[in-house]
Amino acid sequence: MNATWSRFNITSIVLGFAFLYLPIVLLIVFSFNESKLVTVWGGFSTKWYVSLFHNQGLMDAAWVTARVGVISATVATVLGTLAALTLTRYTRFRGRVLFSGMVFAPLVMPEVITGLSLLLLFVAVGLDRGFLTVTLAHITLTMCFVAVVVQSRLVSFDRSLEEAAMDLGATPVKTFFQITLPVIMPAIVSGWMLAFTLSLDDLVIASFTSGPGATTLPMKIYSQVRLGVTPEINAACTILIAVVAVGVIIASLANKRREVQRQLDEQAAQRG
Amino acid sequence: MSNAAAAAATSPSADAAKSPLARLGAAFVGRLVIIIPYLWLLFFFLIPFIIVFKISLSQTAIAMPPYTPVLDFSGGISGFFDQLKQLSIDNYTWLTEDALYFNAYVTSVIIAAISTVLTLLVGYPIAYGMSRAPATIRPTLLMLVILPFWTSFLIRVYAWIGILKPEGLLNQLLLATGVISQPLIILNTYTAIFIGIVYSYLPFMVLPLYSSLEKMDYSLIEAAKDLGCPPTSAFWKITFPLSLPGVIAGCLLVFIPAVGEFVIPDLLGGSQTLMIGKTLWNEFFANRDWPVSSAVAVILLLLLIVPIMLFQQAQARAQEQGK
Repeated sequence: MNATWSRFNITSIVLGFAFLYLPIVLLIVFSFNESKLVTVWGGFSTKWYVSLFHNQGLMDAAWVTARVGVISATVATVLGTLAALTLTRYTRFRGRVLFSGMVFAPLVMPEVITGLSLLLLFVAVGLDRGFLTVTLAHITLTMCFVAVVVQSRLVSFDRSLEEAAMDLGATPVKTFFQITLPVIMPAIVSGWMLAFTLSLDDLVIASFTSGPGATTLPMKIYSQVRLGVTPEINAACTILIAVVAVGVIIASLANKRREVQRQLDEQAAQRG
Repeated sequence: MSNAAAAAATSPSADAAKSPLARLGAAFVGRLVIIIPYLWLLFFFLIPFIIVFKISLSQTAIAMPPYTPVLDFSGGISGFFDQLKQLSIDNYTWLTEDALYFNAYVTSVIIAAISTVLTLLVGYPIAYGMSRAPATIRPTLLMLVILPFWTSFLIRVYAWIGILKPEGLLNQLLLATGVISQPLIILNTYTAIFIGIVYSYLPFMVLPLYSSLEKMDYSLIEAAKDLGCPPTSAFWKITFPLSLPGVIAGCLLVFIPAVGEFVIPDLLGGSQTLMIGKTLWNEFFANRDWPVSSAVAVILLLLLIVPIMLFQQAQARAQEQGK
């Protein structure tokens, strides 16, 4: 392994990460600003957090968003995992090209197109816009991301483990639940989290497919941002960032512990 | 039973040793694995596009939904042909007659192309630096690139408003240090859109670049150096061509969504800037003209179909190599 980590390389990394993180750090800092002016520091205060919790509209939107996120991420994880299995295991079936096209296209499709087309579908089948339609739209979008995450794990999966289980008499279904699923579990978990955060994050598709009574948090934030930048929005954003950061940290710690456990098991197996 | 026994005799695998019923069941489960996501995507991804296309050919009406339905199959075959005559390409003619739409498409493609190049210029040194970092800290660096990806897109764009506006943090800093005497007008210009796109899409560029640079064998560079090749020409002759798959994947991941971007031009570009995603949004939400917004979407899709297919090929190739 080459070890020439030149000054140029270090500088570009430091500048790059400063560019990536500085705006977020500034946003968080100014959520604790006493002054109503977002860009002038007037002393430390948590009053915007307090007023945030008294903003009923924002709280309702947060509750809608959380429910849409959990439900859509869960369904999307199941569908996405099935799609990933299809892509990696069934290399020959009629319509495979179309299938992989439908899995990969939503990843880059401009959201305005996806949003509009889903809305027109819901109108065509006579489904009232609301909680259900946003959830269905989010499932469709996020299952493709789950499929890609799980697929990348399945590609490197050692299939001789499955063959061994089947040789020992396990049914394919049993083999899947006892052998395959535990191995790809970390990818499924990160797929779920990705789906959840994408759903939490989405403004465009939700705006198209949502109806009265199902306003999501990004829609609420967006409508307030258009009226002007306020510290209260900074506070809401900070809480969202904190929720996601805690989730990511917990997941990576859990992953690390599982990894350590696996290594211990392997050592034990070799000894015994 | 004799069937199964014969099968077991010819092939000793466990699969054949099971009863025919179990095998049929397994085959059915296997089918389900394909059928469920397949049907879901057909219904919620492909069919909606057909509906968009259909509505783009229908007339605008002041009703709910605001278009006259075409292709209603309740009228039988003759009714179907009558309706076929009602299909009109008026919306498309309208798009070509109004220079606004043409300009919006062209501007969007140009903005997306420039932003893609800028993102590549910013992202390449980062990915390169990461790939040459000590192996022990590489996972941490990778995590640091992915983390912003987990924080809300809307929030990250919003954060730039406070930085870029005339009385914002950037101008405060530059005025205080005496670099400028007048505040810079950045917010609500195309410059702000460029900054927004580069910032938001940077992880999409860095990740594929990093994964292709990390796989590179650096002894090639050393060999070139030993043979007297200057570092810059070694970069252009060896490093860059080897990282090309990452460059292509990264550029497509930035370019395609950037063409139809709505949030960034809307929040950072203000009302003076023109992009097709914003035009479609306004056509739909402000003018409530569903057929015209559908036509805008169809043309946008046609514009992007070649890049999207290139992206899919790149994905398929990467998957093949992964095996």
